[in-house]
Amino acid sequence: MSASSVLPAIGVAMALAVPLGAALGWAATRLRPDADPLVESIDALLPQTQCGQCHYPGCRPYAEAISRGDADIDQCPPGGESTLHALAALLGRDPKPLDPAFGVTKPRLVAVIDEARCIGCALCLPACPVDAIVGAQRFMHTVIEQQCTGCELCLPPCPVDCIELRPPLSGGTLRGLRTA
Amino acid sequence: MAQRSTFPPGLELEARKTAPMRQPLRAAPVPPLLVVALDQGSGDAAEPLLAAGARVRIGTPVGRAEGETAVAVHSPVAGVVRGVEIRPVHGPAGEGVCVVIENDGSDEVEAGYAPIDWPMLPPQELLARIRSAGIAGLGGAAFPAHAKLAAARERAATHLVLNGAECEPWICCDDALMRERAADVVLGAQVLLHACGAAKCTIAVEDDKPEAIAAVEVALAAAADPRIGLTTLRAVYPAGAERQLLAAVAGVEVPHDALPPAVGVMCQNVGTAAAAAHLVRTGQPITGRIVTVTGSGVREPANVDARLGTPIADLVAACGGYVSEPLRLIAGGSMTGRALATDAVPLTQAVNCVVVATAADLVARGREMPCIRCGDCASVCPPGLLPQSLLRAINAGDEAEVARHGLADCIECGCCDYVCPSRIPLTARFRAARAARKVQLDERRRAAAARERYLRHEQRLAAMAEAERQAFEAARNRARGEPEG
Repeated sequence: MSASSVLPAIGVAMALAVPLGAALGWAATRLRPDADPLVESIDALLPQTQCGQCHYPGCRPYAEAISRGDADIDQCPPGGESTLHALAALLGRDPKPLDPAFGVTKPRLVAVIDEARCIGCALCLPACPVDAIVGAQRFMHTVIEQQCTGCELCLPPCPVDCIELRPPLSGGTLRGLRTA
Repeated sequence: MAQRSTFPPGLELEARKTAPMRQPLRAAPVPPLLVVALDQGSGDAAEPLLAAGARVRIGTPVGRAEGETAVAVHSPVAGVVRGVEIRPVHGPAGEGVCVVIENDGSDEVEAGYAPIDWPMLPPQELLARIRSAGIAGLGGAAFPAHAKLAAARERAATHLVLNGAECEPWICCDDALMRERAADVVLGAQVLLHACGAAKCTIAVEDDKPEAIAAVEVALAAAADPRIGLTTLRAVYPAGAERQLLAAVAGVEVPHDALPPAVGVMCQNVGTAAAAAHLVRTGQPITGRIVTVTGSGVREPANVDARLGTPIADLVAACGGYVSEPLRLIAGGSMTGRALATDAVPLTQAVNCVVVATAADLVARGREMPCIRCGDCASVCPPGLLPQSLLRAINAGDEAEVARHGLADCIECGCCDYVCPSRIPLTARFRAARAARKVQLDERRRAAAARERYLRHEQRLAAMAEAERQAFEAARNRARGEPEG
């Protein structure tokens, strides 16, 4: 094969490679995805109770920890077996039982404030990860049932133990819960 | 009378309608305690308006429709509200919020209801009246009538089909209605035409109801309205399923992912039309319906006109009571109905029939055997699905495959079940898969809402912390005597 037949091919390859390389380099810096897509897809499978039972401050931090490899997939009791199987399928791992050290799976419960005993201290308001408690200092508090995730994080701050978890009364109607 | 229409796949089932049709339509006595369900059967409950102790009369609003598929609920009786409680009801959930009303026997009607001069009323106002009257489709699905009519008006549908097919083997409440109140059906057709703006209306009846057909013909001749006609159909199950009926009567196939108004047609039950006629004649909301009480477990099978909220036990008592301990109580027909856990379940707009079944009515199902891929289910499926492939996809848990085989398009008619030689309960599996899918979607929606609220909560806390830090720095700078900023 003579050099004269190879040179045009090299020329064409170079002519393609230089602008494409430049375009890719520009795209890599300017069109960077906003977030890690793996974290997004893990987060989408988690139940969003934001309860912290996985020892991370919320579902998203737990998703980030899984994608980094710091946390295992068996740490989410509210998600239960179905979430665990979905995570295993997404990450290509073998499913395994939930680690009981992080808690056990319970049916969906919601927090209910005994309004006669509530002293209006407002300590439970910042504890609620989804702002589902309405109230103010010296006023009675109440939980918006449809928005409560049953995370139990409002129980420890309450000084008079007037919050308890019950099955949802509305039978789980989702009215007013339509997301944008 | 128009031509006979042909019909897509289905089954010729032995009708069991003669026993209740021997009795005239009777009014059921109003029981001492009525249980008015706030979900009349569409799956969307109204919001309760009254608490225990409130005095009500016939037509007093007790529930306000908030959701798109909920209907307003009114008291069917005069008396006192005893409580708002969770009670067993007919429906997939098995229980729901009900307003329990004690009947004082006076049957006083709420003030302010007067006959409606409907031909003079603009259609939008007539629609609003139908909406506030709380009328749901009386064919069994209980979808709000006004929502269907408004959709038809919006899409300029031209053809209204009134469904009097009544293809289920046990149900005959529409037959009784058409025999005894055909004039109401025709008046209702005129009212619905005015409300939805369609140009013509066809009343569709199966050809095994000659008396009903004759009565409707007499009423049509009396009304002399050229827009309204009558068509008879061959008695094939499920001729009364909405899409199948529209295909047979109007000759249009409704796309699987669209509603009938998209192709210029719409369907309402004849009972719904009669309810609209009752509304314009009296101005009163819907407080009762005709229901078939049948089966060999009841002494005198009959069609009864009963108040909504009447417990099934009282309906059976109105028909002579139980013959013996019933083996099963079914609300709806034998093909699409649901077994009830108790006879305390109250009558709602969705309940068109109660079958009190004994061993004589029930066929032992036999042991389920493996699918032999005979394809009988596919050859009878009215929407043209492949039930055996659908079941395989459900068993495999393959969401995409389930959607591709059209779980959403299954009309739960039970034909596949009926013909399956391996006695696989296909319809029950499809219903369960649908319910599971709904729960899953609800969970996802709940999770999405919680995620969004959590993000806002985090942002708010961060903003508050930042504001505090800035305030602290400003204070420190002031204390040091430095300029702010």
